[in-house]
Amino acid sequence: MSAADILNLTAVSAAEAIDTGELSAHELFETYRARAAADRAAGEDGLNCFTWVAEETDASHGADGSTPRAPLSGLPLAVKDLFCTEGVPSQSGSRILEGYRPPYTATSVARLKGAGAKLLGKTNQDEFAMGSSNENSAYGPVRNPWDRQRVPGGSSGGSAAAVAAGLAPWALGTDTGGSIRQPAALCGIVGMKPTYGAVSRYGMIAFASSLDQAGPLTRDVRDAALMLAHMVGRDPCDATSLELPHEIATPSAERLDGVRLGVPEELTGEGIEAGVLEAFQATLECARELGAQVEQVRLPHAPHALAAYYVLAPAEASSNLARFDGVRYGLRAEGAEDLLDMYTRTRHDGFGAEVKRRIMLGTYALSSGYYDAYYGRAQRVRTKISEDFKSAFGQVDFIVTPTAPTVAFKLGEKTGDPLAMYLNDYCTVPMSLAGIPAISIPCGLSDGLPVGFQIAGPAFSENGLLDAAHALERLLAFDGSPAHV
Amino acid sequence: MSESSATGAFEPVIGLEIHVQLATATKMFCGCELSFGEPPNTRTCAVCLGLPGSLPVVNARAVHFGLMIGLALGSELAPRSVFHRKNYFYPDLPKGYQISQYDEPLCIGGKLDDVRIHRVHLEEDAAKLTHVGESGRIHGSDASVVDFNRGGTPLAEIVTEPDIRTAEQASGWLKLLRTTLRSLGVSDVNMEEGSLRCDANISLRPTGTDELGVKTELKNMNSFRFIERGIKAEIERQRKIIEGGDWVVQETLHFDPNSGAISSLRSKEEAHDYRYFPEPDLLPVAISQEMIDAARADMTELPADRAARLQRELTLSPESAQQLAFRAGLADFFEAALAVQVDVSAQTLANWVTVELAGRLDDGDPAEAQVTPRALAELAGMVASKQISVGAGRQVLDKLVAHGGSDPAAIVEAEGLAAIGGGDELAEIVAAALAANADAAERVRAGNEKAIGPIIGAVMRETKGRADGAEVTKLVNEQLGI
Amino acid sequence: MIDRDEVLHVARLARLALSEQEIEPMARELSAVLDHVATISELALDGVEPTSHVVEMTGALRPDEPRPSLPREVALAQAPAVGDEGFAVPSPQA
Ligand SMILES: [Mg+2]
Ligand SMILES: [Zn+2]
Repeated sequence: MSAADILNLTAVSAAEAIDTGELSAHELFETYRARAAADRAAGEDGLNCFTWVAEETDASHGADGSTPRAPLSGLPLAVKDLFCTEGVPSQSGSRILEGYRPPYTATSVARLKGAGAKLLGKTNQDEFAMGSSNENSAYGPVRNPWDRQRVPGGSSGGSAAAVAAGLAPWALGTDTGGSIRQPAALCGIVGMKPTYGAVSRYGMIAFASSLDQAGPLTRDVRDAALMLAHMVGRDPCDATSLELPHEIATPSAERLDGVRLGVPEELTGEGIEAGVLEAFQATLECARELGAQVEQVRLPHAPHALAAYYVLAPAEASSNLARFDGVRYGLRAEGAEDLLDMYTRTRHDGFGAEVKRRIMLGTYALSSGYYDAYYGRAQRVRTKISEDFKSAFGQVDFIVTPTAPTVAFKLGEKTGDPLAMYLNDYCTVPMSLAGIPAISIPCGLSDGLPVGFQIAGPAFSENGLLDAAHALERLLAFDGSPAHV
Repeated sequence: MSESSATGAFEPVIGLEIHVQLATATKMFCGCELSFGEPPNTRTCAVCLGLPGSLPVVNARAVHFGLMIGLALGSELAPRSVFHRKNYFYPDLPKGYQISQYDEPLCIGGKLDDVRIHRVHLEEDAAKLTHVGESGRIHGSDASVVDFNRGGTPLAEIVTEPDIRTAEQASGWLKLLRTTLRSLGVSDVNMEEGSLRCDANISLRPTGTDELGVKTELKNMNSFRFIERGIKAEIERQRKIIEGGDWVVQETLHFDPNSGAISSLRSKEEAHDYRYFPEPDLLPVAISQEMIDAARADMTELPADRAARLQRELTLSPESAQQLAFRAGLADFFEAALAVQVDVSAQTLANWVTVELAGRLDDGDPAEAQVTPRALAELAGMVASKQISVGAGRQVLDKLVAHGGSDPAAIVEAEGLAAIGGGDELAEIVAAALAANADAAERVRAGNEKAIGPIIGAVMRETKGRADGAEVTKLVNEQLGI
Repeated sequence: MIDRDEVLHVARLARLALSEQEIEPMARELSAVLDHVATISELALDGVEPTSHVVEMTGALRPDEPRPSLPREVALAQAPAVGDEGFAVPSPQA
């Protein structure tokens, strides 16, 4: 098989090719490994998708000893830097963890490897997953393969760009307020955030514990289903993880007859770029062609989701990041005069501007006298948002919105204005606060740049979401190849 | 008990905060085994080192033990218990926060003896921080080293209401709590080894009023003696301040047992702002009826109940019953001795245990004593049946406690301590004593009963205490023709 | 909305050193975000239960069964400073 043919395979079809013997796992791995290594070697001139790439392997020990019959038959897997991988740098895009090699591997990664996947590399990200453009990485920004002058989105920007650019067949990411869905949208690929608790968080370097969820970034919906099927399930090491009521099935729906799609006016009006709205409306038309009913729904509190999110997430983050104190691992500032000096300078030198901003924000929101006004209220807004979704799902099966308000923007365009940057998550944060699953699929172009279409469902509706997304995807027939070349 | 008079116009108001290390197999939130002096940092994992990405999971037995404590203290068991993060920076705190409980603790309220319980909650212990002084390894003149073996050990924090009034009451009550927890088997409750730690909140108020004065928190009193001395010293310090017309300032204090001095302790986070919020990594713990039943099923008889039973079933005096039940091991020893069928009343046997035996063991554990319950029972029996005198019995007990041995009769034999019966032998000794104390004998005959003392004393000296006091008196009166 | 002194107090709580040039921008950026966040203060939320966890279940407990600990050399492997078989830090008493 030629390299070009190999690169055109989805993960599912590559696995089939390996099982039928048309393709060797080693050839597949080395094809991607070479491309990932080349991008890493290119530095500034590349996309800067990877912070670590696997060593070359020899054909003899094939696909990492994984039995050819293993479900994921040696498929190369790109993994976001914040997943702990034993003996392999896991730095969460931060200076404070430069060179950190954990003594254990995250449960979700271990499960995928157990199913036969093989670690291709660790992908660049916004520091501690705080960002929507991947410009907050201590290891440099990632570039969007559709336009090198533009951002790939974030925080899973390296994972999204690597898949879009054909540097990896698929990638693992995390989503706290949109960190899988938004970069998937900006890079023209599929990204899914499962129900909170569906995938173990054990070994994911935490940003906001009550929101973080791991999920797939893939070429198409069936790949997303395949990866998800091998990640989900209760983990005794994560008390918030749970068993899904059903296995993840391979999506096969071709029609949407009788499926009711709800369009929330709060997330489809002002603030959404015209070109994005056009692509969104066009996709609703496709849905109708497939037999779906499209209705208006209300999510009255959705406009307040961002405000609540920027209290809750920084508050949890300020506590989660307290462990980076220069004592047990990571950076320690040189020449400290005393303990306090060691703490404050280590954290000053080790954390980037956005992380410092959110630590300050979260510490302030939890500090005495402010808890009720900020954290307490934000938790109540979270309750109202969940109730909004519950009543909406009494009326429709799924809620659909644009994934991001804009297409990929220019590097540096929003770095000066935190609030403008935060608005990237306007359409994705409400689902995160409600803990419900949502998927983003590419639905077209605006000014030659990909637009994402988000479908959200009630908790544990993963299979329904995947089926709906799959049916739409077939009709849309989005061409992602511009990103490959 | 009440020596609050010592503070005259002021009455101390004392509440205790007790941290108890639970005797689980593993730590509070990870599978590491608890450490008992293992080499430093050999009992750690990703979770108790606070490595990035690690997550806590609650130890079911720690909750079980917490419920047992709540039942023992008559607390209300919360149907839903929530863990919070207590945020502050310190090298012995790997995550930068302690997982503890805040407004929804495991147990609320309760009472032990005459002291009300405010709450009982679960949390994780800190690691061990050792000052090693000058170190070339790291910049800065002074260094400390952290050993995370202890970090994450399950703790139950028991907080009392301010119902204690004296230092003695504080240590006495703490001993009862220790016995209670030991009988539950939920902790080693050893102060020297730190599995039982006690802080005291102390304030003074004008006697008779019920306002609360400014309180100080006295930490690091790692023995019962230090607790008494520490609290006494702090009461004194506050009394001087108040009588000097000054104000007591709210602060955390450190008691130095060597110097007896009290010094202000540098707080862990000077701006005391712990930024508590619900631990997002742990879901609320639902306390089911099954869990409560399981806790109740594992409860042994509690000291207070045991005292009541001994009093009820054996008609022991309340004092004896409490002395037996409230001191670890004493009641077990007593009931074992009682099981040996000897002809002696329960109260008499209780006196032998609480007065004679306990007095000879001071704070030691009767279970480890040389003397066996059977030996003490037989000894008490020999005294009751006048085979030996009380004095001889005490001598035999001295030997049993010192050298052990399970056969008091053998000691009586070897030491020739058998009582001198009525017979001529004792009569002769009495006659000799009367002759030697003629004037005393006169006064006795004249009706002065007290004067018999020196005569009996002489007889006891002569018989090395083997004679029975009553028998001697009888013979004296006979020979004096009274 | 949030002034220089508050910034310095919060930075102290967070154990974060801020250079002189960082303080004013930090105050400005935090104020901007807090202004936006303030919109939730207008909502009527009386009697609304706070949500800490979206998962509608209670915590699964862990059986009290030992699992292997890390060898000391692994535990200490990533430490910036090691001494006396432990993690060396500037003394808090210093
Ligand atoms: Mg405590
Ligand atoms: Zn551990």
